[in-house]
Amino acid sequence: MTRLATTFARTASENRAALVAFVTAGDPSPAHTPAILDAIVAGGADVIELGMPFTDPMADGPAIQAANLRALAAGLRTADVLAIATGFRQRHPDVPLVLMGYANPMLSRGPEWFAQAAAKAGVDGVICVDIPAEEDAALGPALRAAGIDPVRLATPTTDTARLPAVLAGASGFLYYVSVAGITGMQQAATGSIEEAVARLKAGTDLPVAVGFGVRTPEQAAAVARVADGVVVGSAIVDALAKAGGDPEAGRALVAGLAAAVREARMGVAA
Amino acid sequence: MAQASRDDVSTSLDTNGYGAKRHHVMTLANSLRSQPDAQGHFGEFGGRYVAETLMPLVLALDAEYRAAKQDPAFAAELAGLMTHYVGRPSPLYYAERLTETLRATAPAGMGPKIYFKREELNHTGAHKINNCIGQILLAIRMGKTRIIAETGAGQHGVATATVAARFGLPCTIFMGAKDVERQQPNVFRMKLLGAEVTPVTSGAQTLKDAMNEALRDWVANVHDTFYIIGTAAGPHPYPELVRDFQSVIGTEAKAQILEAEGRLPDLLVASVGGGSNAIGLFHPFLDDEGVEMLGIEAAGKGMHTAEHAASLSGGRPGVLHGNRTYLLQDEDGQISEAHSISAGLDYPGIGPEHSWLHEIGRVRYEGVTDMEALDAFQLCCRTEGIIPALECAHAIAGLAHRVHEYRADQIVILNLSGRGDKDIFTVADALGAKI
Ligand SMILES: Cc1ncc(COP(=O)(O)O)c(C=O)c1O
Repeated sequence: MTRLATTFARTASENRAALVAFVTAGDPSPAHTPAILDAIVAGGADVIELGMPFTDPMADGPAIQAANLRALAAGLRTADVLAIATGFRQRHPDVPLVLMGYANPMLSRGPEWFAQAAAKAGVDGVICVDIPAEEDAALGPALRAAGIDPVRLATPTTDTARLPAVLAGASGFLYYVSVAGITGMQQAATGSIEEAVARLKAGTDLPVAVGFGVRTPEQAAAVARVADGVVVGSAIVDALAKAGGDPEAGRALVAGLAAAVREARMGVAA
Repeated sequence: MAQASRDDVSTSLDTNGYGAKRHHVMTLANSLRSQPDAQGHFGEFGGRYVAETLMPLVLALDAEYRAAKQDPAFAAELAGLMTHYVGRPSPLYYAERLTETLRATAPAGMGPKIYFKREELNHTGAHKINNCIGQILLAIRMGKTRIIAETGAGQHGVATATVAARFGLPCTIFMGAKDVERQQPNVFRMKLLGAEVTPVTSGAQTLKDAMNEALRDWVANVHDTFYIIGTAAGPHPYPELVRDFQSVIGTEAKAQILEAEGRLPDLLVASVGGGSNAIGLFHPFLDDEGVEMLGIEAAGKGMHTAEHAASLSGGRPGVLHGNRTYLLQDEDGQISEAHSISAGLDYPGIGPEHSWLHEIGRVRYEGVTDMEALDAFQLCCRTEGIIPALECAHAIAGLAHRVHEYRADQIVILNLSGRGDKDIFTVADALGAKI
C-alpha cells in the first residue's frame, strides 16, 4: 500500500477524517520550510500538501498568491522544492507528501524528469491545478510510471456526465473543491458539501478530501463529519505569514484543527 | 464568389512562378487551415489547460460555438452588426507615399507596393471589435448575463465595454495597474461606456496579470459570466473562435487585393501580441503558397536584453492561460515579465496557432524594438496622414527592414490593426515632448 492509502485507511479505522495541511514551499524563504513542515506534522497533520510556487497562480486567492511571490522573491527554485521534499521524507518516513502546483513548472524539464525527480524525493502524489482530465497525457502517464498518484480535482461544476472522465486515471484521493472559485474564499454550505461527497463516493472508492474555504476548527469539524479528508490551506498560509514564518504559529493552528477533526464524529451516530 | 477567387488565385500563382497544381494539392490534401483538432491542438500546441471548475464551461462554449457556426441566424446577425455597427468592410488602401519613401531606401527596382488593411477605421479604432461582436453573440446564446475581459492597451477593453453597452450587459474589465497608468484615455472610455475597470496590482501589473485576474473572476462566477478573451489565445475553443471572428480581415483583404491588383499579395505583415490581428489576416491565405507571411513581435529594448516581449524568438514552449505555446520563462518554468513600449504587445506568450505556424515554418516571425517602432510610428504619421497604434507601428518597422528583398512590382498587405490616438501620451513621453 502507498503512504496515502495507508494513511486514509488508518484515519478511517479511527473513525475520523484525515487532516491535509497545505504550506507553500519557500515561504517566506526556502530555509524556513523544513521546520514549518515539522511543526505542522507535530500539530497533527496527517497529509502534507506542499505548494510549488508559480509566478502566475491563477487558481489562488490573495493569501496563496502572495505566498507564491514571497517564495520566488526569496529565490526558491524547483531544486529547492525537491530538496525540501527529500529532507521531509528522511525525517518523516510515513507521512504522505503531495505536491500541488501548476503545469508549467512541472512540465518545464519534461514530465518524465519531473515525475522521476519527485519520486526520488519521496513525493506520493501530485495535484496539478491546470491539467484537467482532458490533458492527462501531458503529465499523468509520467506520474503513474514513476509510482506517483495523480490526484484529481472535482468541483461543484463537475456534473454527473463529466465525473467518470475525471475519475478515470485518478488515484491517491479525490480532492473536492467545495466552492467554484479561487483559494481563500468563503466556505460552501455544509449541506451542499455532504451532497457532493455522496455523489462522488457513488462513483469512486477513493477517499474524498474536501478543501477551499476551510479556515476554522468549527468549519474543519463540519467537513470532517462528511468527508474522508479536510484540506486547510489559506488559513495556515495566513497564520504563518502573520508570524513571519514562525513554525509555532503553524503548529498551534494545525493543533486546533486536528483536535476538531478528531472530535468531529464523536457522539455523532455513524 | 469563392469559386471565382479560387480561379484568380491559381492564375496569379502561375504568374508568380508557383504551379497551380501544387497550390491545388496544398488546399485539398494538406490544408494548413484545418487546425485545430477536436481537442484544440495545433500540432503540439493549444489544448485546454484550465482548472476543473472551468472545464465544463469551456466544453459548453465549444458545443455552443459549433452550433452557432451551423446557424444561419447567427451568421446573419453577425454580418449585420459587422456592416452597420463596426463599419465593415474596412478599406484596403494603397499607402503610396509610404511605399515611395521606403522604396527610396532600397536598391533600384526593389521596394514593394504597400497596402494597408485599414482596421483602425473600425468602430472603436482597432480590429478588436470583430472578435468582441462574435463573442458577445455567443454569450447571449449561452444565456450569460455578465461580461468580463482582460485588456492591455485598453483596445480590447474598450471594444468589450462597447459591445456590452450595445447589448445591455454589465461588464468588468481587468487591467494591469501599470497599463491603467499608461493608457488613461482608454480607461476613461471604458468608464464612459459603463464598464467597471479593475486595476490589477499583482505581478508586473500588465496584460498577463490582468488575464490571471480575469480567470480568477471567471472561476468564481462561472454560472452567469462570459469571459471575452481578447486575443487568439486561452483554452480551446478560444484560439479557434477568435481566429474565425478575426478572419474577416483576411477574407476581405483577399477579395479586395484581387479586385485592385488581379492577383494575390506576395507578403502579409502584422504585429503579434497574442496574435489575433495577425492570424485574422494570415489564416485565409495559409494555403496560398505564394503568399509569404511575416509576424512582428515586440523586441522591446532589444533581443540581447531581458526586456522584450518576443515569445517565439526569445522563449520556448510551456503552458500558461489555458494553452501550450511559446512563453518567455526561466529554466524552472517561471514566467518572465515581458516588456514593450506597446501595451498591446506586452505579453510573455502568444496564441498557439502562431507557435505551430512558427514550428512548421509557414510564417516567419521577427522582432522590432521600441525605438524602431517609434520611428515607424512617426514615419506613418508623416507619409500617410495616419496615426497608427504603436502595435502596428511595429509591423511597419518590420516591413521597413525587409523592403530591399521585394521587387517594386511585388505587393505587400500590412494590417493597420489600430489607430494611435491612445498612444500619443506614451509617444510624447518617449520623444521627450510635453503635452
Ligand atoms: C491596435 C492593436 N494591434 C495589435 C494588438 C495586439 O494584439 P493581437 O496580437 O491579438 O492582435 C493590440 C492589442 O491590444 C492592439 O490594440
